[in-house]
Amino acid sequence: MEIKKAAVAGTLESSDCMVTVEPGSGTVELDLESAVIRQFGKQIRKVINETLANLDVTDAKVTVVDKGALDCTIKARVECAVYRSNGITNNLPWGGAIK
Amino acid sequence: MNPNLKRLRRSMMFLNCQKPGLIKDPYIYAPDSIMLDLEDAVAEREKDAARYSLYHALQEIDYRGVERVVRINGLDTDLWEEDIRCAVAGGCDAIRIPKTETAEDVRRVENAVIAAEKEFGREDGSTLIMAALESAKGVMNAFEVCSASERLFGIALSGGDYTKDLQTTISGTGVELMGARQHMIIAARAAGVQCFDTVYTNLKDMDGFRRDVETIHTMGFDGKSIINPRQIPIVHEIFTPTEKDIIFAEKVVREIDTKKAQGIGVFTVDGKMIDIAFYDGAKRTLALAKASGVYKGDL
Repeated sequence: MEIKKAAVAGTLESSDCMVTVEPGSGTVELDLESAVIRQFGKQIRKVINETLANLDVTDAKVTVVDKGALDCTIKARVECAVYRSNGITNNLPWGGAIK
Repeated sequence: MNPNLKRLRRSMMFLNCQKPGLIKDPYIYAPDSIMLDLEDAVAEREKDAARYSLYHALQEIDYRGVERVVRINGLDTDLWEEDIRCAVAGGCDAIRIPKTETAEDVRRVENAVIAAEKEFGREDGSTLIMAALESAKGVMNAFEVCSASERLFGIALSGGDYTKDLQTTISGTGVELMGARQHMIIAARAAGVQCFDTVYTNLKDMDGFRRDVETIHTMGFDGKSIINPRQIPIVHEIFTPTEKDIIFAEKVVREIDTKKAQGIGVFTVDGKMIDIAFYDGAKRTLALAKASGVYKGDL
């Protein structure tokens, strides 16, 4: 899926994360900030990259500020930002690209 | 028939799907049901975000047997059909319809649920429905709402909107809710479904909350909507039969069975007159005690 415009999802509250997606320059560029980056940085990156791959996003600048979010929240925020960048809110592929 | 139609629902706790911190581990408070809210608690511009959180929470969080009900947006919005697709795809246990006024409202939701179960490969009939009555018209039509679908397990009063429609306010005494409560419990029982009371919003007045729960328990309600974990132990305490209740109910059931075989219709148990009319009530007490985990007997 193409990132058509910059979009944000999530908050900086505890157990949440804020995800910003912007049009990229040919690849996926991920910038991650997290208080638990030493313990969980690898896992958080993996979840973000897998979620982007499921959505077929191959060209984007992605910025994530994590506040201790569970994997399910990270996925939800990434998906929300990507679909917002496309202005899509209905007939979403639950169980398909969203999994 | 879905075996969960009549499950134990003493406490049904609202949780805002917009807040990941709220929906990640509510099972630690052990409510009987949680109501994952996509409606009033979610800001208008976060309606989409709440759905993604809901879907992944349903798919990935083990709620440890707590029933997962999803409150969708109203049928007067362009949100409710996608809410149902999301909730059913995620595998929710039930859909709560807000602002229900007619049997047709229930059937519209039922049709969308059936379509979603088919689309996402979920078992036919696995998603139950409950209806919230939030207006004078909804309360007046309670029986037709209760009878509208075999998936409908119960109705719930939503006191805030209802009192607004009556042109009054929540007083804390329950006077303004008396008519609706009485009408709804009668309609629910006539239709054979459960009935749930509205939330009690003053968290500083726990004595008032206790009195409120005692009132609706006496009226015959099955449970109460909850907005804070602190309210759960009080509801469970009041809705769970005491040891004395259980012992008496056991005696009543055994004595009625024995006396019936002897051709005796009326007799006394612990000084109280008992006849066949007490049988179903005693059986219900034991079933509730069993479901609440406080009775291991065989009756």
